[in-house]
Amino acid sequence: MPVIQTEELTKRFPATTALDRLTIDVEPGVVGLVGANGAGKSTLIKILLGLSPATSGRASVFGLDVIKDGPEIRERVGYMPEHDCLPADVSATEFVVHMARMSGLPADAARERTADTLRHVGLYEERYRPIGGYSTGMKQRVKLAQALVHDPEIVMLDEPTNGLDPVGRDEMLALIRRIWVEFGITVLVTSHMLGELERISDHVVVIDAGALLRSSSTSDFTRTSQFLVVEVSAETDAVAATLTEAGLTVKRDGHQLVLSLDDDETYDLVRDAVAAQGVGLIRLEQRRHHISEVFGEDQADV
Amino acid sequence: MSEPTARTGVIHDIGYRKYDGPRLGRARVARALYSHSLRGAYGLGRSGRSKVLPMMLLGVMCLVAFIIAVIANVGAGITSELVLPYSAYTFTTQAILTIFVAAQAPVSLSRDLRFRTVPLYFSRPLERSDYVLAKFGGLATALFLLLTAPLLIMYVGALLAEFPAGRETGDLLLALLGTVVFAVVFAGVGLVVASLTPRRGLGVAAIITVFALSFAAISTLQGIIRYEVGNADLAGWLGLLSPVTLVDGFQVWVLDASGRAVAPPPGDAGGVVFVLVTFAAIGACWALLNLRYRKVSI
Repeated sequence: MPVIQTEELTKRFPATTALDRLTIDVEPGVVGLVGANGAGKSTLIKILLGLSPATSGRASVFGLDVIKDGPEIRERVGYMPEHDCLPADVSATEFVVHMARMSGLPADAARERTADTLRHVGLYEERYRPIGGYSTGMKQRVKLAQALVHDPEIVMLDEPTNGLDPVGRDEMLALIRRIWVEFGITVLVTSHMLGELERISDHVVVIDAGALLRSSSTSDFTRTSQFLVVEVSAETDAVAATLTEAGLTVKRDGHQLVLSLDDDETYDLVRDAVAAQGVGLIRLEQRRHHISEVFGEDQADV
Repeated sequence: MSEPTARTGVIHDIGYRKYDGPRLGRARVARALYSHSLRGAYGLGRSGRSKVLPMMLLGVMCLVAFIIAVIANVGAGITSELVLPYSAYTFTTQAILTIFVAAQAPVSLSRDLRFRTVPLYFSRPLERSDYVLAKFGGLATALFLLLTAPLLIMYVGALLAEFPAGRETGDLLLALLGTVVFAVVFAGVGLVVASLTPRRGLGVAAIITVFALSFAAISTLQGIIRYEVGNADLAGWLGLLSPVTLVDGFQVWVLDASGRAVAPPPGDAGGVVFVLVTFAAIGACWALLNLRYRKVSI
């Protein structure tokens, strides 16, 4: 049974249409909601939490109507906003205990769950220090902890990787994957980066200007949006030729070669081609495509 | 030979544990927020530095009352009354009350606005009106305690000096009713101002301005009109315009207290109007706060 359902959901602001007859079904698992900034991702989350009324259409969470049963839904949902929301002058422990109590946990349960949750998100000794002195990565973890502390059935995470460096991003993404795999909590996570969401999501929904662009399981996406970037020390053209002979689609991008990454065999082909030319391999990385590039290809197809 | 102790500390990763304990409803959550705000007003559960000001103000309030109690005992043979009646204490020490509200109302509301914590409350079972009620109740209770503690000290002093117990108890109870009204009006006005700005300093300054400036201006005008112009009624009506003189007028008429304002409410009609305006002011603060939080951006 779908956890979240929307039907022709529309939200108009005086100046813009944030959501345009959006119909989606979200099954349990990690669901990525991808769209450029202003595509309507945050608006959708606020409607689902019952914080903002829709102009028309219907939405339900756990089969409960978001307008009629708002309080009941909010008891079973965790929400991590995109913006800063942490007081600087209290410690992570004090803050998360307070938010646990605000979710209806008794005092002793709130303290116990706070200790557990902060450990799960990876905050240890620093949790007793005021939040004002934390790095962005640590703040994001506290924000995540307050959304998880009451053991919700679904968490809605709005741009959780915002402002993080590449390492912090990877750690946060791994943590989000664990929320579903280990904790059994369904995750609705938004980002403007398709590449990072497709790594951890079971299902990806792409919206643009409030309208549904695409909704499919991740494997469909992976085919079209994963690329391998190769940079060699010399003989770039020769390596490219060898790879093309081996049956790969190769694009030249300055000093780099961009290959479509179909399966793991691609890595073997690159290794063989580089060895055959006797050159050094400087770079071999999966490229995460910005969502706009996917849109570009879509439009080219039409 | 002692046996080797093989038992050393082992850290077990117990993995994620589901929570299947009780989930308390809206009312209990609101109560938890109420006690959090009440404690917060005295800096309890917060840093040591944030306890300094509220505790100091409470100390000054009690110290003055203690001195009055001592005077009552020392001079017990000469007088059988406290030098300052209970119902006049709040009016006399209103500067301390004003500083307390100005310092603590922004702590209660502006912090949540400045750090944008408000959406975290409203994405939980709590309704917006619950949030307002808990914050309003928390600060009003904190003010009530600030005003009541010195009265109790004076009461104990009066009993030790063997003043008539029945009279003292009656006076005290009436004065306590007055402090309830003072606490609710001051908390309401202070919170409305604090809810308008996420900046704490601005909130503090604005609240002091509203209370102190309005009191100074109204008292001066009342003095001029009553004694220079000779119109006592008009001077009395002016008392409606400042929170302190308003509640003082309320006390004079409803509780038969000895008013401290320059001019008391004019006649019974004036008294009724003072009572109605006092309740209207409390209602208006409640409505404005709810309106503010209905529109707060999430």
